[in-house]
Formats: sequence, C-alpha cells, structure tokens
Amino acid sequence: MSAVAVADVHEKQAGSVPRILVFSTNNISDPGIDLAGSQHMHYSPGVEVISLPCTSGIKPSWIAHAIDQGFDGVFIASDGDECAYLPDCAKRASGIVSQAQVLLQAQGHDPQRVKMAAICSVCAEPFTKHVQQFSATLAGLREAATK
Amino acid sequence: MTDERRIGVYICHCGGNISDYVDVKRVVEAVQGEPGVIVARDTIFACADASQQEMEEDIVKHHLDGLVVASCSPKLHTLTFRGVARRAGINPYQYTQVNIREQDSWTHTDNPAGATHKAISLVKSGIARTRLTEPLEPLVVETTQRALVIGAGIAGLRAAIGLADVGLEVFLVERERELGGWVGRFGAIYPHGRNGRDLIASLVDEVRKRSSITVFTNAELMAKSGSFGNYVAAIRINTDLPELIHVEVGSIIVATGFDSYQPEAGEYGYGIDGVVTLPEFKALVDGANGSLTYHGRPVRTIAYIYCVGSRQPGANEYCSRYCCAATTHAALEVAALDGQVHQYHLYRDIRTYGKYELMYTESRKRGSVYMKFPEDAPPEVSRDAAGRLTVTTRDLLTEGQELAIPTDLVVLVTGMVPRKNEELMSLLKVPVGTDGFFNEIHPKLRPVETVVDGVLIAGACQGPKNSAESVASGLAAVTQSAAILKKGVAELDPLVATVDADACTWCDKCIGACPYSAIEQVEVGGRQVATISPATCKGCGGCVPVCPEDAIDLRGYTDAQIRAAIDSMLEEPVA
Ligand SMILES: Cc1cc2nc3c(=O)[nH]c(=O)nc-3n(C[C@H](O)[C@H](O)[C@H](O)COP(=O)(O)OP(=O)(O)OC[C@H]3O[C@@H](n4cnc5c(N)ncnc54)[C@H](O)[C@@H]3O)c2cc1C
Ligand code: SF4
Ligand code: SF4
Repeated sequence: MSAVAVADVHEKQAGSVPRILVFSTNNISDPGIDLAGSQHMHYSPGVEVISLPCTSGIKPSWIAHAIDQGFDGVFIASDGDECAYLPDCAKRASGIVSQAQVLLQAQGHDPQRVKMAAICSVCAEPFTKHVQQFSATLAGLREAATK
Repeated sequence: MTDERRIGVYICHCGGNISDYVDVKRVVEAVQGEPGVIVARDTIFACADASQQEMEEDIVKHHLDGLVVASCSPKLHTLTFRGVARRAGINPYQYTQVNIREQDSWTHTDNPAGATHKAISLVKSGIARTRLTEPLEPLVVETTQRALVIGAGIAGLRAAIGLADVGLEVFLVERERELGGWVGRFGAIYPHGRNGRDLIASLVDEVRKRSSITVFTNAELMAKSGSFGNYVAAIRINTDLPELIHVEVGSIIVATGFDSYQPEAGEYGYGIDGVVTLPEFKALVDGANGSLTYHGRPVRTIAYIYCVGSRQPGANEYCSRYCCAATTHAALEVAALDGQVHQYHLYRDIRTYGKYELMYTESRKRGSVYMKFPEDAPPEVSRDAAGRLTVTTRDLLTEGQELAIPTDLVVLVTGMVPRKNEELMSLLKVPVGTDGFFNEIHPKLRPVETVVDGVLIAGACQGPKNSAESVASGLAAVTQSAAILKKGVAELDPLVATVDADACTWCDKCIGACPYSAIEQVEVGGRQVATISPATCKGCGGCVPVCPEDAIDLRGYTDAQIRAAIDSMLEEPVA
C-alpha cells in the first residue's frame, strides 16, 4: 500500500475542497449512493453522508448548524415520491428546505448552500452528477467570497 | 458524562477493497485519541469469524460499552456487528457502522489522500454518535401467520407448498390464467429430461391438496400497506366483474420470473424466415412428432448462435446462465429424434458449469460441432438470392478460418431479461440493480432478503437462474419467512420517536404530522403533553422538525447525535 500524503491543513477551510453534507435516507437514497461507489463513480471526498430514515425528519436547524460550523453546503438526497413512510414526504421536504433557507439568510449565508434532489435506490449517476455540480457551485461561492 | 464511555473502534481493510485507497493505519492513529475510545485497531476482514471473536474478547477484557466498525455499507453488516456486541454484553443499539467502502474507498479510487481524510472524518463522526447512544430494547410486534407469494412459476409454486408445509397460510397470486410460468410450457428439460408440463402439473396437484393455500389466477397486487410482520395486500382479480380483495400477511415472496430476450429485427438475421429464438426452437423440438420439421420442411442442419442478448457490453452485460445448458440439452433431444441432423454451435464461451458439462460432452459425442467465434466479429446470417439460408462465421479453433454454413434453421440462443413489472416495483419499493433484476441485500449472506423488511425475492426475478436454482431460492425464501413468522412475534428496531414531556407545551402540531396516529395527548404531572406509542410509531421522524419546542427526538438519530456527528466530521479537513 502506498503511503498517503497527509496535507497539512490546519485552518478549518483553507486548502480544503468544498465540504458538502448529504442527508440521505436508509432505504431509498443511501442505497443509490452506495451504488455509485460500487460502480466506482467519482465525486469529491468533501462529500459526506448522514443517513436518516426519511427526508421529512431533517430539522432545518441541522442544515443551518452544518453550514454555520463549516460545511460549504448541504445536499438533501430525498425520497421524492418513493417515501415508504409519508405520502406527502416531497411536500414536507420542500417545506424543510424553505425553512432552512430562511435560517441561512438570517445567519448571513447564501440560501443556494442548500440543495435538494430526489435520489432513488438506483440513482447512482444522477447523485454523482448532482454533487459534482454542487461542488462546483460551492467552489464558485468561495471564490466570490475571497474577492 | 460522555468521557466516561468505553468505545472500541475497528477499521476494516476489506481485503484491499478499502486499504488499497484508504491508509487504514493512519485512520487508526487519528481516532485513537478521541474521547471515549479505549481500543482502536485495524482488521483485514472485520466480518470474518476470527475478527468477530477478537472484538468480543476486547469488549470483555476492556469492559467496552460502545462499538464502532468502519467497513462496508451498513446494509450489509449492521446485524453482524450488532450480534458481536450482543454476544459480548454490549447493547446492540450502542453499535455504529461507518461506511468507508461504498461511500469512501470505492468512490475515491482516484484520490487516496482525500479518501483517507474522509475516512477519518466519518469515523470521528461515528464515534461522536456512539458516545451519545443509549441502551435500547427491540420492539416486539405480533406477526401474521400468513404469506403472500406473487408469481406462480416453478419458484412461486414450490415456495407456496413449502410455506404451507411449515404451517403458514398462503395466498398465491398469478397474473396469467395458467399456473406454471415458463416451465409449464416446456417438454423435456435438463438436467434429467423430465417433462416441464408434468413437473408443473405435479406441483399444482400438491398445491391443490393443501387447503391452507389459496390460489388467485388472473390476479395482481394493487396496493400494499401496513408494516413488517403485518402487511395488508390489495389483490385485484381480473374477471368480467373485477374484484378487489384485501388479505393480511406477514411476509411477501416475489417470484415474478423473467422475460426472454427479444432480438431486434435484423439482429443476427432475426426476421428472416428460418431464424428463431431459443424459446421458439424449444417449442419446435417439444412439438416434434417423430422428426424435426420447420414450416412443414424437414430440418437437416441447424446452426446455433450463442449469447444473443447476453454479455453485450453497454447493454445486458450479464451471462444468462441457463442458455448454454438448455441449448446443449435441446441438441441432444434433436439427436435423439434423428441422429443424422447436422448441428453447428457458434459460441463465445460454453458455460455448462458443474454437472451440465456432461451434456456438453455427450452432445459432442452425438455429432454436435462447436466453433468459437471472435467477440468482435460475430457470425452473420443471410438468405441468398437462391433462397439458401447461410451463416458465415470465423472459427478461432481452426486459426480463424472463415466458414459459410448453409443451414435450414438458425437458432438465436437468447438470454434472460428482467420482466416488465413497473407497477409492482413501485408498489413494493424493492430496489432493482443496474441490470433491472430485483436486488438482494447480500448475495452470499442474505440472498433472498431485500431492503424492505419481510419482502423476499425468489427465482429468476432476481437474476438469471435455471429451474433448480429458482426452486432453491424459493425454498430459501420459505425458510426466511418461517424465521420471521413462526415465532408469532418479530423484533423491530426500537428507533422510534419520543417526546420530552418537560419541553412539550401541548401545541398539538405533531399530531397532524403523524399519518399513523402514533401521537396522543396525555396528562403528566397535571400538564397536558404529547406522547408517542412505540408500537405504532414507524420511526420516520416526520414529527421531529414540526415541533416548535424541539421536544421530539428520534432514537438513534437524536438532535444531540446529529449535531455531534456534524461537528466531528468538520474536525478533519478534507483536501
Ligand atoms: C427456452 C428456455 C428453456 C429453458 N430450459 C430449461 C431447462 O431445460 N432446465 C432448467 O432448469 N431451466 C430451463 N429454463 C429456465 C427456466 O425457465 C427458469 O429457471 C424458470 O422458469 C424460472 O422460474 P420462475 O418461477 O422464477 O419464473 P417464471 O417461470 O418466469 O414464472 C414467473 C411467474 O410469475 C408470474 N408473474 C409475473 N409478474 C407477475 C405479477 N406482477 N403478478 C402476478 N404474477 C406475475 C408470471 O406470469 C409467471 O407465471 C429455460 C428457459 C427458457 C426461456
Ligand atoms: S416518527 Fe413518524 S410514525 Fe413516529 S410519531 Fe413521528 S411522525 Fe409518527
Ligand atoms: S409539537 Fe412538540 S410541543 Fe407540540 S404537542 Fe407535539 S411534542 Fe408537544
């Protein structure tokens, strides 16, 4: 095994890739994200996942907390219409995103830092594309902030 | 309080699946100083018996009260390591699995340094969550002693009989008018040459003998509600006056089978008179009366082209498993009808695995000639001006010599494809793989279970299988159903929502958020507050963000745990 060089990054964000927190769901979107890995699709290692039972269980304050603490963005890999628990899950989820955006704005963060897309258990490629694009958007936001 | 925890952390190499990209030793070093971590080690295969044993010894020796394993997806081994915890005396719900394979090493094969940082971040986050775990007891629900089998091919029929014989009541739902699926339409089938129709007739006879099996033909599942151990299935019976009935079942076995690959017009000459698929050829051989004829003309020569619709880069990439054996078997049937028929087999590889190899050997003894064509130069089929059907191929076994074979019949050895069943798929929510067949949780360890608790898959709906393999998986699904249902009770994860009565102000917002009516108003210490019934709560967490007082927590995903997980991830920079 090759020795892995450990970058000397001390400051929370300096030199690091955009950090994205993904909220997935145990039965629908997390298997889709697993599938992306099984097929060796690549996205940035700045993308990290916390899986929950259902998208409707995400607290808007968690999204705001994540961004306040240093994540560049939060991506919600939602159940969409496939939720096995709540028939109105998609509607609830968009309500959660709107509330999170209000919190972000109040904290002085760009509401674009939260993004949502429905990801199913075989959506390996769509997931990869979404987070790649989101990484690029967030890198752009960083650049704009340093100007 | 959190510093008093005693946690063991194990980072898995997964052979090299993880350690080829993640510096596992470096991850161990990075997390061993985390608060509460008493033991941190790497392990080559965390799931191996010897490794599990070592963890159990550590747990006992160091009086551990929390366990973290960073390895593959939690879908694969959460139960394995909860078992380790339980056996060594830790509450199984104080175990956390961290996914550093599917969601790390495998997806960052292009960036080992990044993958290592991410692994550290994820493991720290898992440790933080584990520090905040509480011991929990599984919920016990009574289960319905009945099973639903969807699809009455050989797999579904055999499963229904098995379920009845272990004492479960069975509803068998078949979309077609006839029971039996593909096998019910066949004459002699391999390996023993038994007649498929007879085989199915004897199974149907066994089904009829068992009063605990109710068969619905021309029927389909229309809706599924309820939860693990207690599903309600709505079945529509399509007669002149369609009827909708509801049955309560504890488990559901999906045995909906496969379709045969249908070649495009022009694919290997498909559409030209004399070019047939394997099922069409099978019907011809089964129906032969004394000698093989096609459209009334005697068949003197047959050319088989293998792997049509299977092993195609960018399309159906899998091997269909049954077709090499079914074709060599059909060739033997033809030889038995008339030993003078010339049979040419144009193949890429012959995969008559296991005992089926004997059929291949036998067919060669009986005169079948095998020719290997190059993958990039498949055979071509044409009918010339004089009306002669000809297959042109190169034979790698005779130095790539080009051969033109005049023939009476060309058999396209067509593979298996997933059956179109979109409605059923969206109803059951069982994930399918990229190949379109239903996905099991783990091909070796949990081969008939799906991510939907109590919904099992059997037969060729899971992937290409011959009838023996289909029956074997049908019986595996019987065992699994019996394991779930025969105890009369099933254990469910106690990861349900709870209300902090001190914080609740009885605003009643959560009541409307729960479609399962799990939330009720109660009086506690003279105050009206909400309470959640653990047996009714499905653990979705839908009520959690609704509460204006932050009084509701979902066990296993509490506010404190999620915040701690987020904060700990950020401790490690990811470059
Ligand atoms: C040409 C050919 C030759 C073969 N020869 C052999 C051989 O010699 N030996 C051998 O071992 N194997 C052979 N096989 C393979 C064999 O046919 C399969 O292994 C077997 O049929 C698989 O059984 P099954 O029950 O899983 O699926 P199927 O036979 O496909 O049965 C599935 C059943 O489910 C029903 N169904 C589907 N969807 C629904 C729904 N939504 N609701 C209700 N019902 C539904 C279907 O109508 C069908 O009755 C051959 C296959 C072919 C195509
Ligand atoms: S977690 Fe879901 S099922 Fe449980 S009480 Fe809340 S809304 Fe109802
Ligand atoms: S929403 Fe919160 S405060 Fe209101 S009744 Fe439910 S638990 Fe109590």
